[in-house]
Amino acid sequence: MPPRVGLFATCLMNLFRPNVGFAAVKLLETAGCTVEVPLDQTCCGQPAYNSGDFEATRALAKQLIEAFEGFDYVVGPSGSCMATIRKDYPRLFADDPAWRARAEALAAKSFELISFLTDVRGVSSVDASYAGTVSYLDSCSGLRELGIKAQPRLLLGSVDGLALAEMADTEVCCGFGGSFCVKYPEISGRLADDKLARLTETGAGTLLGGDLGCLLHLAGRMKRCGSPVKVFHTAEVLAGLAEGSGIGGAVEGGGQ
Amino acid sequence: MKVSSPQFKAKVVTALADPHLRDALGQSRKGFVNGRGALVADLPEFEQLRDQARDVKNHVLANLDHYLERFEAKVTAAGGQVHWAADAEDARQIILGICRRVGAKTITKGKSMVSEEVGLNEALEAEGYQVIETDLGEYIIQLADEPPSHIIAPAIHKTRAQVAELFEAAHGGPRKTTVGELVTEARLVLRDKYFRADVGITGGNYLVAETGSSVIVTNEGNGDLTQTLARVHIVTSGIERIVPSLEDVSLFQRLLARSGTGQETETYTTFSTGPRRPGDPDGPEEYHVVLVDNGRSKMLGGKFQDMLRCIRCGACMNHCPVYGAVGGHAYGWVYPGPMGSVLTPLFVGLDSTYDLPNACTLNGRCQTVCPVRIPLPELLRELRHAQRQAGLRPAAETRALKAWRFVAERPRLYRAANRLAARALKALDSGSGRLTSLPFGQAWSGLRDLPAPEGRTFLELWQARKRP
Amino acid sequence: MSSRSAILDQIRRQLGRGPLPPEAVAALDARRPAHTRIAVGDDLVPRFIARFESRSGSVARVAGLDEVPAAVAAYQARHGLPPRAAVARPLAGLPWPDGFSHHPGPAGQSEILSVTPCLAGIAEVGSVVLPSGPDSPTSLNFVPDHHLVVLHSGQIVRHFEDVWPRVRALPGGMPRALNIVAGPSRTGDVELTLQLGAHGPRSVHVILVEAPM
Repeated sequence: MPPRVGLFATCLMNLFRPNVGFAAVKLLETAGCTVEVPLDQTCCGQPAYNSGDFEATRALAKQLIEAFEGFDYVVGPSGSCMATIRKDYPRLFADDPAWRARAEALAAKSFELISFLTDVRGVSSVDASYAGTVSYLDSCSGLRELGIKAQPRLLLGSVDGLALAEMADTEVCCGFGGSFCVKYPEISGRLADDKLARLTETGAGTLLGGDLGCLLHLAGRMKRCGSPVKVFHTAEVLAGLAEGSGIGGAVEGGGQ
Repeated sequence: MKVSSPQFKAKVVTALADPHLRDALGQSRKGFVNGRGALVADLPEFEQLRDQARDVKNHVLANLDHYLERFEAKVTAAGGQVHWAADAEDARQIILGICRRVGAKTITKGKSMVSEEVGLNEALEAEGYQVIETDLGEYIIQLADEPPSHIIAPAIHKTRAQVAELFEAAHGGPRKTTVGELVTEARLVLRDKYFRADVGITGGNYLVAETGSSVIVTNEGNGDLTQTLARVHIVTSGIERIVPSLEDVSLFQRLLARSGTGQETETYTTFSTGPRRPGDPDGPEEYHVVLVDNGRSKMLGGKFQDMLRCIRCGACMNHCPVYGAVGGHAYGWVYPGPMGSVLTPLFVGLDSTYDLPNACTLNGRCQTVCPVRIPLPELLRELRHAQRQAGLRPAAETRALKAWRFVAERPRLYRAANRLAARALKALDSGSGRLTSLPFGQAWSGLRDLPAPEGRTFLELWQARKRP
Repeated sequence: MSSRSAILDQIRRQLGRGPLPPEAVAALDARRPAHTRIAVGDDLVPRFIARFESRSGSVARVAGLDEVPAAVAAYQARHGLPPRAAVARPLAGLPWPDGFSHHPGPAGQSEILSVTPCLAGIAEVGSVVLPSGPDSPTSLNFVPDHHLVVLHSGQIVRHFEDVWPRVRALPGGMPRALNIVAGPSRTGDVELTLQLGAHGPRSVHVILVEAPM
């Protein structure tokens, strides 16, 4: 029996980049999973959690647990959302043994997409091609809370025609930080510019990453500055679905 | 010290526009971060040491009353005196009392963040004492009349040229140009002060309960000259800085310099135990330790107890992207960066410190370098929660969250709202694939375009695909 | 109520308990932890030298204690220093050459050079351990520009922890001041540029005596 995976359709993916969702489905099915997308899912609650509204977070967590606990696995194309489910949910129910047990059970079978493919499904290569030099953005939640670092690089290494050029300071935040990016736009902009300066040093024509929040923030800043660098979610490239001009469209006169 | 944290946003704008600050912070990041990185990579035992340091600190906090009493008994047995300061005013009065009693005129000081915290210099100067900071960085900012901007490198925001200007104004010309000349000049000026000082005040990195020793860890030797040559030595330290035994000091010594300044060790580790003994040819005639609570004890047993493990190494701010962009002064009080964003609200109150817990991307790098494994992002989030409980969050955010929650708890409504948003944003796109201005989103679109949605949501497309 | 009892009461209230019972106190006082020590090979002397030199300290090796005065003279000649020093009392009986003037300290403001014994050297990071006492003024370790430390190779221990039994065994136990010194004074407070000789000695020179004490 192939494992039944419930796909967590993250808010940003659902609204801004459905292609990432279809890329995730394709990668999961290729890895031998049956994929379902429960319709009674909404948000993991992270925006409320990071704004100190723990009560709202618990309400949304319960809803998500109920929607997904029947699956063998919960997989989402975001390190940040999946870290909320894996790391924060059990903590949120510290004083509620019944829900804590359910939260822990769900946390144990919840994974970020790329690390699920490599670590759980044993995928070590994909059948895809992408012509050009790319750089990979480590998003902080995935990197530090879920240990996602080698997995995307392993799979990107198997993409035909793709060359990976590493940025300096890969451990440094890009300045997105959820609502931070609109609460403290000046700081957020400085951090974005620092990150983009590191990207420029690599000469890469494409930026890839595993979290749409960071990617929308950096793509938005790059487009504003007239940068021709294309931006895709890692899954889009791995699934062979990275077509067109990428997140935020093409810059006139730019592109490759 | 006055709290200027409410001006955080204004100070951020100034800081970001300061090219000197940008250079200075860029350099420090390279030095401290790379230094630590290389040493840690070279030490397979490092993670284990961090676990043990966390455990020792937790052990101390669980038995803090006993270790403080034991420390006091040992200091007393060595001929010293322990003073207990419940708050900042208490601490100032105790130290002023000692200075008055011994007829002090000149007071030298080694670096002590606790003395900054209790506003000691202002109090001493108001009574006419001459107070001289002897740590080079502290001396520089004393001349500049500024608060420290980093807990281990207080003048890190100053360039060499700015220091040269300050020295010229204070010591007379000619203006020095090299770092070596500046350091030598400060050495000569301060030499005199050590020998003339009546009272020497230092901080305490550790207070050893087993022996009644206070320990300072420095690179310059200023703290040692301060406490050896003055007639009276006063140590100011937080009550949480106790360690049980000398063996525990060894453990923290393996972590402190590596984590903070990126060195295997600092140059001087000095244990002070009581005043000059019979037959001793030098050393202070009196030895006092002022144990400062000032809000620490009420952190015990609660959500913020973990913060009391802090050993003030500075690693969190060295690795913080926000600190690295805006520097320490923006935080508006004594302690900047991640540790300061937790401590300041707890010490001076939630109402004047709204921005500190919020001006953080929760990227978590501080936690991964903290030698005592303080879960700083979690504590910052807890402070946001505390702000909400206290009604201190902005009303607009509260309203928006309430509306968003109403929708997010209703999946059908949530899907509809997203479909609507996808279409509305798509309609604003003139074909470039991005939006350059947003009706209500200047905070986003002031510096970024918004990649435009494609018009239909994933869930919508998925349902359509599934339908035969 | 005094601040002392206010603080202690508050601590106990927050911890949700009263004062610890005597058995618990005895257990805490008997605690002697064995924390992880970092790997240090068996060649303690070379490691000490390498580490001490890596922090801008210098080392000269001599065969016996009698050769210390010549090593001091050589150091002074190399740095163009006058033939006088503050020499700690335990070393006063060495065969100092004629014309060399010395006093046992403490160090005055114009002191240029001091020569002191030490309690131990620590191989782990390359530092020397200097206890204060009637014959060893602390000012000798900080005031002069040049500090020369006489260290027997047998005094070099592996880890910090190996020093503590020796300290506890000193007459009077923990000395008033115990200085662990890893090289000359330094600062990075101006533009994070390393500069030696901030306030303490500009140079710390270990004279390593091979013969047993």
